[in-house]
Amino acid sequence: MSVTEDLTTGSEKDEAQRESRNKLLYAGGGLVAFLVALAVLSHLPGTVGQISASMLRVAIQPQTAALVIAVIGLNIHFGYTGLLNMGQAGFMMLGAYGFSIAIWKGQPMVVGVLAGFAAAFVFALLLGIPTLKLRGDYLAIVTISAAEILRYTGRLAKLEDFTGAAQGIPGSQYRGPFSNLSFLGDGQWTFPGTKLTYYLTGTDDWWTRLVAWGLVALCSYLVFLLARSPWGRLLRGIREDEDAIRSLGKNVFAVKMQALVIGGLFGALGGIIFILPASMQPDAMGRNLTFFAWTALLLGGAATVFGPVLGSILFFSVRIFLQGVTNAVVPNSVMNTQQTEQFAWICIGVMLMLIVIFRPQGLVGDKRELRFNV
Amino acid sequence: MDFRAVVRTRPGQRILATFFLTMITVAAVLSLPPPGAHAADLCLPSKTNSCISSTVRSDTGVIAGAEVHVTGPNGFDETLTTDEAGKFSLSVTDTGDYTLELVPDSLDKSLTITNGKVTLSVKQLNRVAAPVFGVRTADYSSSTSFTDQLVNGTFSGLRLGLLLALASIGLSLIYGTTGLSNFAHAEQVTLGGMLGYLFVNQWGLGMWVGVPLVLIAAGFSGWLQDFVLWQPLRRRGLGLAQMMIVTIGLSLTLQYVFQFFIGASTVKVLVFNPTPRSLGPISYTSPDLIAMGVSVVVIALVGYALLRTRIGRATRAVSDNPALASASGIDVDRVIRLVWVVATTLAGLSGLLYSLVIQRGMRWDSGMQILLLLFAAVTLGGLGTAFGALIGSLVIGMVVELTPVLGAPGDLKYASALLILILLLLVRPQGLLGRADRVG
Amino acid sequence: MSEVATRDYADPAFRAQLVSGVDRTPGAGKPDPILVVDSVVRHFGGMTAVDVDHLEVQRGIITALIGPNGAGKTTFFNLVTGFDRPSQGAHWSFDGKTLDKTSASAVAQAGMVRTFQLTKALNRMTVMDNMMLGATEQSGENLLKSIFKPLWHGQEREIEERAKDLLDRFKLLPKKDDYAGSLSGGQRKLLEMARALMTSPKMIMLDEPMAGVNPALTQSLLGHIQSLRDEGTTVLFVEHDMHMVRHISDWVVVMAEGRVIAEGPADSVMSDQGVIDAYLGAHHDMDLGDDSLLEDDAVKDMAAEVAQEDAEGNA
Repeated sequence: MSVTEDLTTGSEKDEAQRESRNKLLYAGGGLVAFLVALAVLSHLPGTVGQISASMLRVAIQPQTAALVIAVIGLNIHFGYTGLLNMGQAGFMMLGAYGFSIAIWKGQPMVVGVLAGFAAAFVFALLLGIPTLKLRGDYLAIVTISAAEILRYTGRLAKLEDFTGAAQGIPGSQYRGPFSNLSFLGDGQWTFPGTKLTYYLTGTDDWWTRLVAWGLVALCSYLVFLLARSPWGRLLRGIREDEDAIRSLGKNVFAVKMQALVIGGLFGALGGIIFILPASMQPDAMGRNLTFFAWTALLLGGAATVFGPVLGSILFFSVRIFLQGVTNAVVPNSVMNTQQTEQFAWICIGVMLMLIVIFRPQGLVGDKRELRFNV
Repeated sequence: MDFRAVVRTRPGQRILATFFLTMITVAAVLSLPPPGAHAADLCLPSKTNSCISSTVRSDTGVIAGAEVHVTGPNGFDETLTTDEAGKFSLSVTDTGDYTLELVPDSLDKSLTITNGKVTLSVKQLNRVAAPVFGVRTADYSSSTSFTDQLVNGTFSGLRLGLLLALASIGLSLIYGTTGLSNFAHAEQVTLGGMLGYLFVNQWGLGMWVGVPLVLIAAGFSGWLQDFVLWQPLRRRGLGLAQMMIVTIGLSLTLQYVFQFFIGASTVKVLVFNPTPRSLGPISYTSPDLIAMGVSVVVIALVGYALLRTRIGRATRAVSDNPALASASGIDVDRVIRLVWVVATTLAGLSGLLYSLVIQRGMRWDSGMQILLLLFAAVTLGGLGTAFGALIGSLVIGMVVELTPVLGAPGDLKYASALLILILLLLVRPQGLLGRADRVG
Repeated sequence: MSEVATRDYADPAFRAQLVSGVDRTPGAGKPDPILVVDSVVRHFGGMTAVDVDHLEVQRGIITALIGPNGAGKTTFFNLVTGFDRPSQGAHWSFDGKTLDKTSASAVAQAGMVRTFQLTKALNRMTVMDNMMLGATEQSGENLLKSIFKPLWHGQEREIEERAKDLLDRFKLLPKKDDYAGSLSGGQRKLLEMARALMTSPKMIMLDEPMAGVNPALTQSLLGHIQSLRDEGTTVLFVEHDMHMVRHISDWVVVMAEGRVIAEGPADSVMSDQGVIDAYLGAHHDMDLGDDSLLEDDAVKDMAAEVAQEDAEGNA
């Protein structure tokens, strides 16, 4: 993956295309090799096997897929348009609430999904109108605040009959219609050659994994289509210099709003998937989830189609790796089990800082395009 | 204004001297034994015990001579009597669930017990638990009139506002001089509380030594950050969005560092069990007054420094236009370094006072809540204007404490502050005192 | 102008005839104005940066807007193009349409497109992408249509051809796949101008097109501006360099301290005592045509502008 610094050669377009195709192949191949290696290592006895097995489990869990989709949305916001959305968890929460509450209250699943999308849509409009004409920081401050307002509101004891308050809504109240769609049948199934064994259809099952990763593929393709279109070009132009785009007669505010809404809808979809294998808990979608999404995006590479997938999978498995290794290496007298978990998070925080400082383009981003500066 | 002179007089020294004086003053004020405190009754937590301390009170005042029957693990059974300040304090050495029951016969017949039995679990030693009983006088409804609640809420709002102001002025100065929205600033506030707990309670250094140490450590954290992180990043020409994400990484890191050391527990700086007092409808404790007094004095000092001293003018010049300030002979890097030190020291002081007077105390993730209030305050006042931050903080403090009085559910009191922020952006995006940004 | 038989703006005699009957006084009426501005006022704090009572810009010719530093030329540009808001109710109309309170994008859509003093090339996009962004009414920029390539592919090809033609004309075609950031300052000016032309404007407003351009490119830039005029595009440009103004402009408007102080053909304006005083009052011992001076001035200009903004406490 050599990034040519020389920008003056003539036939660079083909070269750039080939280069990006190669990059995608390398990254995709690398990811597959990584997963295969984990699957192989998980058969080893002892700690190495255990850590590899849990890394692999985490890499393909539905929550990872959910984060990927939320990160894809964030990528539209930040990667392509340069919008500093610090409240992606709020969009996720709205999707999740809309979905779970509607089904809990006896509505069909379609209504649930639409309710989640509608909530995220309205949220995006409400946040966008006061802020999209202002400097970027304002959007950041308002989105992070609004996402927290949502969480406080969802937790309100007075709303227990509606949102389940702080305990949230148990998965059994809304998972039924989704599980009923499964054509995989019952019983357990083990992915050949791995230690991944789950029910085909059940609480935390292959069906959810299949749908979740299927949606990841679909969303990624959609973003690919959007990014190569003139609309995507417009987004990148706005990211570079709003005033220049305005001077060309484009309605910058409207386009930014479209980007905010679209990214928010991806967030809502991510939220729905996030709660499918577990339960709807407002505290699981707090500020830190947004920050994890940012870390995953920047790790993978903003303004790329494959970056969110790569970044999210690595984000989760690296954390498990750090925690597992620390647990195994550091004696309990120095760090107890809880502390190793926190240690892993500390490393994640430091990692986020280091990526931004030393490799802002992430693993697969284009260095020339992504020395971002909003 | 001769900016060149600023550099020659090494103004940093004077500012540091002022800060040192302030620290000593704060320590002195904080370590004054409050009149009426009963040191003999007081239980202080240590590695071998935890404390259960509280005050039994009704809506009109404290209740002396009330009996509290405590049962706990390993057959723990003890009955305590509240002193004339209504306080009781108990030292326990075993972890487990304790049940505290108010003995009805020990109370005046005119009082109604609304909540006489509290069960709390002591999970770790070296902690303080404060159970709250509910006792009411017969004429309860009339005694807490709406006006009284309003007055009391205003007092609490002022208290919170002043604490927020300490922190938000620093946040605003950093924004003004560097353009950076520092998402890790609230962690600096948490740091102040954590260090206060560490120095004063864990190490038993007392206020005289503990408070200056906290402030020095907090200020040093700012100096170190700018030295290791922010100044090199500015030199690299890192974009502001990038820098902002770095602060988010720092915020995450610090949060989990706190959690690493204190787990899920709540931290309060505890020097004495303060006696609740009341002045008309306002109920307060002496630490409340001390915290507010210290805040007012420190804020006034900072304001004076900004307006009247050369370094303050230099800071404002850098806020206005770094390039022009630099061209006029101001050492911009030095000003920014000083701003970081001052900002983190103020945040540390704010956190220290916060964990001294705010009932909830400080948790590893308290910064999250505080950050949103700080952002609301700073944006409300106008990004980058220090005096706007002061006004914004007072407004936000009031809003937060008055929302429950006006009938909103308690959990929403933080939300209301943020809602005001969003509404304000619609009408006056530059904030109350900000200057209009030329959009486009 | 019914008495004019042919509207050949490329013909110097025609242009001379067009402006010959115009009064040489500030705010004079033009035979066929494309832009008419009334009472445009902008205060920054206590300072009045722009206070233009009345101004008309003649269609089809090159009008130069000159004046010493701090005269308010750029602010005037910003106001007219919707990038800044007048302090009080102002009126201006472009090509018969009223544009009093419209946004910058609406102004551009109406056909009045500008460039910037500090070039706004989109550095981290390719030259071609920069150009493509200029094209108007692209169906592919509609969110719903954008995901279906067949709906915009054809139009995209047409736009690309047009972009290539323009790039060729501006001698940028070999660079079409380079990132705009890799171009020289002058090339970026050219790119910005070419991008503005992609919108097919009726009038193009150039804010100091010569600032920071090396002398070798200056001549070709002048040529491009003239050929734009010859093809019927109205040009209004801000410039410091009097030699250049004298060379290509058909009409000159002089601003000082926010007001229009003189108007007329280049020669007559430059011998106007008021204009000389305005310039010499500001730069007694300076040669107005000196390039290095220009850059220095631009920096001072910016500093002054920032100071103005800072002084603006309320607004």
